[in-house]
Amino acid sequence: MAKDMAKKVQQLDQVVIRFAGDSGDGMQLTGDRFTSETAQLGNDISTLPNFPAEIRAPAGTLPGVSSFQIHFADTDILTPGDAPDVLVAMNPAALKANLSELPGGAQVIVNTDEFSRRNLARVGYPDNPLEDGTLDGYVVHPVALTSMTLGALAELDISKKDAERAKNMFALGMLSWLYSRPYESTIAFLERKFAKRPDLVAANIAAFKAGWNFGETTEDFAVRYEVKPARMPAGSYRNVTGNTALALGIVAARVRSGRPVVLGAYPITPASDILHELSKHKRFGVTTVQAEDEIAAVGVALGASYGGALGVTSTSGPGVALKGETISLAVALELPLVVIDVQRAGPSTGMPTKTEQADLNMALFGRHGEAPVAVIAPKSPVDCFYAALEAARIALTYRTPVLLLSDGYIANGSEPWLLPDVDELPDLRVEFATAPNGADGTTFLPYLRDPVTLARPWAIPGTPGLEHRIGGLEKADQTGDISYDPTNHDFMVRTRAARIEAIEVPDVEVEDPDGDAAVLVLGWGSTYGPIGAAVRALRQRGLPIAQAHLRHLNPFPGNLGAVLKRYEKVVIPEMNLGQLAHVIRGRYLVDAISYNQVRGLPFTAVELESMLEEVVKNA
Amino acid sequence: MPETPLKLTLKDFKSDQEVRWCPGCGDYAILAAVQAFMPELNIPRERIVFISGIGCSSRFPYYMNTYGMHSIHGRAPAIATGLSISRPDLSVWVVTGDGDALSIGGNHLIHVLRRNVNLKILLFNNRIYGLTKGQYSPTSELGKVTKSTPVGSADSPFNPLSLALGADATFVARTLDTDRRHLQSVLRAAADHNGSAFIEIYQNCNIFNDGAFDPLKEPETRDDYLIRLEHGEPITFGADRQWCVVHPPGAFGLEVQRTAETPADHILVHDATVPEPAYAFALSRLPDLDLRHTPIGVFRKVDRPSYDDLVRGQIESAQSKLTGTPEEELAGLLNSGDTWSIA
Repeated sequence: MAKDMAKKVQQLDQVVIRFAGDSGDGMQLTGDRFTSETAQLGNDISTLPNFPAEIRAPAGTLPGVSSFQIHFADTDILTPGDAPDVLVAMNPAALKANLSELPGGAQVIVNTDEFSRRNLARVGYPDNPLEDGTLDGYVVHPVALTSMTLGALAELDISKKDAERAKNMFALGMLSWLYSRPYESTIAFLERKFAKRPDLVAANIAAFKAGWNFGETTEDFAVRYEVKPARMPAGSYRNVTGNTALALGIVAARVRSGRPVVLGAYPITPASDILHELSKHKRFGVTTVQAEDEIAAVGVALGASYGGALGVTSTSGPGVALKGETISLAVALELPLVVIDVQRAGPSTGMPTKTEQADLNMALFGRHGEAPVAVIAPKSPVDCFYAALEAARIALTYRTPVLLLSDGYIANGSEPWLLPDVDELPDLRVEFATAPNGADGTTFLPYLRDPVTLARPWAIPGTPGLEHRIGGLEKADQTGDISYDPTNHDFMVRTRAARIEAIEVPDVEVEDPDGDAAVLVLGWGSTYGPIGAAVRALRQRGLPIAQAHLRHLNPFPGNLGAVLKRYEKVVIPEMNLGQLAHVIRGRYLVDAISYNQVRGLPFTAVELESMLEEVVKNA
Repeated sequence: MPETPLKLTLKDFKSDQEVRWCPGCGDYAILAAVQAFMPELNIPRERIVFISGIGCSSRFPYYMNTYGMHSIHGRAPAIATGLSISRPDLSVWVVTGDGDALSIGGNHLIHVLRRNVNLKILLFNNRIYGLTKGQYSPTSELGKVTKSTPVGSADSPFNPLSLALGADATFVARTLDTDRRHLQSVLRAAADHNGSAFIEIYQNCNIFNDGAFDPLKEPETRDDYLIRLEHGEPITFGADRQWCVVHPPGAFGLEVQRTAETPADHILVHDATVPEPAYAFALSRLPDLDLRHTPIGVFRKVDRPSYDDLVRGQIESAQSKLTGTPEEELAGLLNSGDTWSIA
């Protein structure tokens, strides 16, 4: 691929590209590869895959459209971008499904081969939008992507179907040229991916090169673009999705605690990738059990914790609902347990591949009896790694279930990760009980507590002299014997609540660079990116605003009440109908403004910016 | 197992908790038989764990001076799976009932059996819900009149052994609460088995379903009703062994015939190791509704790798390829894939 010095090169500081096509067109793979090439170049990146729950919705239909958006820049960025600057539409359905989100002036690259009368009719286009003025105001690049791919592969001995399937690589090659991306990693990737099919390696590489060369030679692309590397801290990086980061965090917790990990899981969107990833890391002493159902999955985890392992279960909202009774048992048994909820749009099956933050109430309150658990939420894909370690720390130290609330947005989205020094990760080692703890020196009291953590001893089976029975029936303080004593029950209920309140969590940090803000925007979980981008934009325009983001939702940071009282107005944007706001109002008597959106999509920075602007101006 | 005998006694397995079953409950006899059997295992108490669900039978762990967990309704097999696969040094026993194992926990039971998790499962079957005071259970007979079925239940019952065999259980047995010697012989065989051992124990609930198994216990009927299976022995029963079990040519199931009218080589010789589960299944279908022709003993005992061994084998095989410390391996894992450096 010779360098063409003839074409003009234009510098951009940031670009948002959306690849959109049929579910079978390989758009997720195309997006992943473009992301990897972009990462290699040193841009900051944020990505947003968006795909239907159906594996293969009918070809060419609107419900079958799958897309992948990537935002890359020469500065640090917080979101995958509100709207694309460039849309790659592999068929009429992809164009129609995405056009409304495309701002005027955006570039549209379309695969003209798919714009047949039949395909247009299938998505309700009476006329060809490429010709009827629909795309006026956009910069349209019509490309006969399929036929050029077939032409480029004509010499190869492969079926027409296989040749056609390589058209996503043609598109990738073209975009890689257009944005001056390095292609070596994609060539190496294709060689790895199709190692068993040399014909497909050749076909996909040929398609990629044809796309690249087309970009270079066509007069339609007069300008080639560059986005310079971002200034990022020195170190080694990789691109990572939230689900992968979370799984790696569990592996790290295993290494740093010395406790074997047992993951019980039942496949569920969008959490299954955590099971997939952890099942690859057996050499670390991570056991994965694909259980018969959600209840068994958490049961396996709890049984393993009883035996001294770190029991983990990963699921989404419907799964947490099923696990509720076992989580309550873990509350009563006072054993470590990490429950990962990758939230999705509900209720019921809802929209499984779409994001939401509406499981906070369930995490905090969704069990019978007084059954408090610790709740934490990561704020970004990379933060999923550290949140997993934090969940393990709390579970192991305080012998309690911990609910970790990720969501579909950060689970599937990705960003560059400055890889940590393993030795600097938290030390999670814990000690088991090994000797009787009663005053007489021979009795073992399974519910005698550590005065600081209020945790009971973790006396695992196999320890001589500490044989004891635990169960879901109310236990007498200290001895753990069955007890129906009213005073004891009152005491135990209060103690279980106090145990969670006793968990040490860091203070919430407030970002208020001007120090004179009257408005605080408070978020939790995956809204960090869009809130942060909106806040930055406001400050650049001279509007002061403070931002705080909660990782610990139970217990709250000790300084949260004081922080909230410092500001005239507190705004809480959430992808639910105000679940955190409700808790904040109840707990701190702060008249928080609740801003909500439940569209299955993350907030855009623009909508938050305009909403916050109103609040700031009226403060 | 330690090579020198531990010299444990029944007393060592009694906990300090007051036993709270109704006076006359069959559970007492089972508890006494299990406690008396435990020393035979020659396993230190701390390495024995009893895990139960909910129901009268599930109070069992409180009375055993071992490790124990009284968990939640139906879930004991799942919880025990997590413990068993991560702690091969333990002997893990599950105590459950007909409601716990076959109704609310039916799913976990069949999956634990198909996986062949290394658990010894004692199902106390009294054909009634005791702790909730007398509703019909999934093993109650069709038409059973109870508090919740005043004109009789419309549910056909499960045959627990047929269910276990359908789930491809590798060890399946039945015994009686009151026959201590037989009960212990079954426990012994179960303890020797690598994988899931499923034992149905007919247990009398003297409050809500008294006498449910009397035909198998009363002197007037028991000889003609009860078939004691002995591996390698012809299946004959009755006071004078006047009855025998045969497999008539062309028939799908087994039949009872008069021994005197049956050629000796037509009488089935019990073989618990038959690989095909159809034989044990046919045995499980032998009893009539009135309990006539109820086999007890070990129906099936076949070798199949346990889930525990397979899962741990995968872990051990992966760990045998480790080269660095866990920290080094973790650093390698985090730095894998497409990485790049910024100076």
